[in-house]
Amino acid sequence: MYLTKEEELILAGEYGYALQKAMEILVALGEIYGADRLIPIKSAQVAGVSYKNIGDAGIEFLKDFVNSGANVSVYTTLNPAGIGDELFMERQREILELYKAMGIEITFTCTPYYGANLPKFGDHIAWSESSAVIFANSILGARTNREGGPSSLAAAIVGKTPNYGLHLDENRKATVVVEVETKLRDFADYSFLGYYLGKSLKNDIPYFKNLKPEKTDYLKELGASMAATGSIALYHVEGETPEYRYAIEDKLEKIQVDKKELEEVKEKFNAEWSEVEVIVIGCPHASIQEVKEVAELLKMREKPLKVPLLITASKAVKALSDALGYSEVIERYNGKIIADSCLIVSPVEKWYKGIATNSGKASFYFSSAGLKVRLENTEKLILEAP
Amino acid sequence: MRLKGRKITRGKAKGIALVSKKPLSFLGGVDPETGIVKDIESDIRGESIKDKILVFPRGKGSTVGSYVIYQLKKNGVAPRAIIVEEAETIVATGAIIAEIPMVDKVDISKIKSGQIVEVDADKGEVFIEE
Repeated sequence: MYLTKEEELILAGEYGYALQKAMEILVALGEIYGADRLIPIKSAQVAGVSYKNIGDAGIEFLKDFVNSGANVSVYTTLNPAGIGDELFMERQREILELYKAMGIEITFTCTPYYGANLPKFGDHIAWSESSAVIFANSILGARTNREGGPSSLAAAIVGKTPNYGLHLDENRKATVVVEVETKLRDFADYSFLGYYLGKSLKNDIPYFKNLKPEKTDYLKELGASMAATGSIALYHVEGETPEYRYAIEDKLEKIQVDKKELEEVKEKFNAEWSEVEVIVIGCPHASIQEVKEVAELLKMREKPLKVPLLITASKAVKALSDALGYSEVIERYNGKIIADSCLIVSPVEKWYKGIATNSGKASFYFSSAGLKVRLENTEKLILEAP
Repeated sequence: MRLKGRKITRGKAKGIALVSKKPLSFLGGVDPETGIVKDIESDIRGESIKDKILVFPRGKGSTVGSYVIYQLKKNGVAPRAIIVEEAETIVATGAIIAEIPMVDKVDISKIKSGQIVEVDADKGEVFIEE
């Protein structure tokens, strides 16, 4: 891989330990995946925030990095934190301070694009958080590989990323055509589809036909679910997403998805309401439109919810919900909007046995953690819950 | 016997080989305090990777695994070198931040657990004592 004079100097340690280590990571990844050079990035999104995920190992590393003067050189936002007991929260605060010390914006959200960090078409970025990666690539047309926490941090510090994979035109073409033979009506239907395809396609680039999503939120969930059960980082939707015109070539393998496949997923997550101890909406973090929909559905109920409702969202969306009066409605019906956090990176298995959600991604992680899950569309969740 | 590979991280090391034929997850799969393999799908479960030349096909699982490799080093229970068939982001990043010599593109079927193995990562070479 070609390196400029300055990049060579960084690699040789002329600019200190942190930049050198960050550069070593980028160069090694570039060599492994056949990059020709490093390219500048416009922003980074860093995962590896919850104490449940990174543990003491992560704290050790971040501490050494900060002590050696690590600083980000491009606009960088941060994934959500976990919630836990006192000791957990103490460690979580320590992690926050370390990221802050590197100049990272403590946004604590998996949906940076609903607020602080919105890339435009064609921007090269280095993002981790698989749901944000697939959103940025597919819906915004920005370009990022599926980075991990450490590699996105390295890119943020250097301000560059190795030029390979989804940064290149030729790797952004569809590899399989998905014909959706049934009408998808709501959030949960897109969850079912995403969950099913992530499992069956692994790391393909699907091109969807006959998909007419009414809301961007539906596409967000489709991507998040595919990225959770598989390692898909980009998809195209005919007539909908920005790169679909250039994405398709002849002789692509075709698969059909019908009601049957979606039902199969639904049947996996059919916990009884009597087993459900909490309703979780906002995986990935809810948009203001999702919050509004929930508030309006709640108003159609006669009584407040017996099973508490938790909506996870970014600070930006929570502030907007407060200002627009939705938070107040939600609280009146035994719900709550929680900013900055994520339940799938928290020790939920210690608190709950059963959970209801509209998210395929959340269903995947909650069931892996041993919880019983009911996966249902938003309307049914709110209107049929006890 | 000499095997040719490719440098991922620099350095030289010599030690006893511990060979696995299964991909290895570091997050949840290796105890960062003791260096003992816990991954239930691993064929070297229960073995310690401390001071070994750790040989396996590739990493898997969470990217946080890189930080676990770093912690293994800090706790003095890291392997002396890592040899894989195919480097990927998790293990490569871990080896870099922990400064553990690492090579890939090596035919790992030629290496047996218990053999004395020398790794010269700078040259991308592995030497097995007969």
